[in-house]
Amino acid sequence: MLIKIKNQKLKLALMLALPLALSACSDDEVEVIKEVEVIKEVEVIVEVPAPVPTPVDVSYEVTITNLTNAQPLSPAAVVLHADGNLFEVGMVPSVELEKMAEGGMNTGLLALGMASASGAGAIGPGASETISVKVQDITDAKLSITTMLVNTNDAFTGLNALDLSSLAAGDSWSTTAGVYDAGTEVNSEMAGTMPGPADGGEGFNPTRTDTGFVSMHPGVVTSDDGLTNSVLTVQHKFDNPAIHIMVTRTE
Amino acid sequence: MKQITKLLTVSALTFATTQSFAANVTVEIKNLTQGLYFTPIATVAHTSDSSLFEVGEMASSEIQEMAEGGSLAGLTTIATAINADMLAETAAGPLAPTAKVSGSFMTADSNTVLSIVAMILPSNDGFIGLDNWTIPTEAGTYTVYLNAYDAGTEANDEIIGGGAPGVPGMPAPPFLTLGTNGSGVTATETNTMIHIHPGNIGDDSATDGKSDVTNTVHRWLNPVAKVTVTVQ
Repeated sequence: MLIKIKNQKLKLALMLALPLALSACSDDEVEVIKEVEVIKEVEVIVEVPAPVPTPVDVSYEVTITNLTNAQPLSPAAVVLHADGNLFEVGMVPSVELEKMAEGGMNTGLLALGMASASGAGAIGPGASETISVKVQDITDAKLSITTMLVNTNDAFTGLNALDLSSLAAGDSWSTTAGVYDAGTEVNSEMAGTMPGPADGGEGFNPTRTDTGFVSMHPGVVTSDDGLTNSVLTVQHKFDNPAIHIMVTRTE
Repeated sequence: MKQITKLLTVSALTFATTQSFAANVTVEIKNLTQGLYFTPIATVAHTSDSSLFEVGEMASSEIQEMAEGGSLAGLTTIATAINADMLAETAAGPLAPTAKVSGSFMTADSNTVLSIVAMILPSNDGFIGLDNWTIPTEAGTYTVYLNAYDAGTEANDEIIGGGAPGVPGMPAPPFLTLGTNGSGVTATETNTMIHIHPGNIGDDSATDGKSDVTNTVHRWLNPVAKVTVTVQ
């Protein structure tokens, strides 16, 4: 802190107020010329560093509702990122996306964001969960959400890179989302290939056996509808949309 | 007291060009499916009192030849006759799964609505459809998702046959991997009007079974296409 005091015509009363302002400074930084008994005027110029602005929290609540009949959803990844896409129809899926879509593991996708939050657990059919995520000072983040339909080989649903810049505090925005296919594991529906309760089989496997691109999902066939080796039944069929999403900016 | 001088930056002003009814329109069509192809796509801007197809009504012979065999000949003739604007780029070739195609045209004053049709492969008479979508007059980018329709003109037997109107079976272009010797899923078409397609059934045998399409590859859920329209 630098305090400079110019000696001008001065009223003593003003001088008496100065020690308080100077108390935080060492004496050698201060030049004070006193002429007592003379009426003086003092101009005090105090230069302090610009105050560090207090970070402003920007918080969102994301409520996900499972609209399917018998497809539990893996713990959802709610990711705030600056740019780019977590998934898009036609793109080659990232390993992080593959791990989520095949095995319900969301840690890789969560790490891609400048802020992110995971759901506490699986969201069962008919259930919903509200997940909070907070970032500071950034109101134009992109919001992405992903969650696996666990009784499938590599089906997932969610939202990619929603621009939040027009969402003011207190605003809500809703949508529904269809089901995507990660394109990393062939939709065999066979025993041992799906991590959900209908099978209890394998989750993530680094070998890619399908198209290699993200697309909309063609749906599960099931043994009831002509796929002989499927362990899925008519109960596990789904159609679009699979989830309802509500985003509320709370601050 | 310090004098602080502020430098004011004046942002450049962009002047909008004089608006007329004609619009410079860019249309991008993306195939969202995992295993379906679209035949060359008719993208047509036309007057609002015309219509290429109407859900719940019988398909015209021109829609029938598009939906059963992918031919745009009849639709192109109609488009020319009604002074419609038609995109050449989207009609250039088949559109593979997740591929996209785009083109731009300057639409005429009176051509205020957009229609899009293309056959879905493999299918008997399935097509993607956009029917008389009003082209916005305000500049911007707009997104429309398309469903799969059934022309109602041919039974969905799902076996290899012909693509000419009235010839049963599906066309089998070389880029499709189809089975053979299917016995036929059905021989009748209950709803002979244009309707939402019930979807392919398929089977899991490449050499027999009911269908020549593969049930884990050639099914779909709506929407099947994404249309992005940019009006300048």
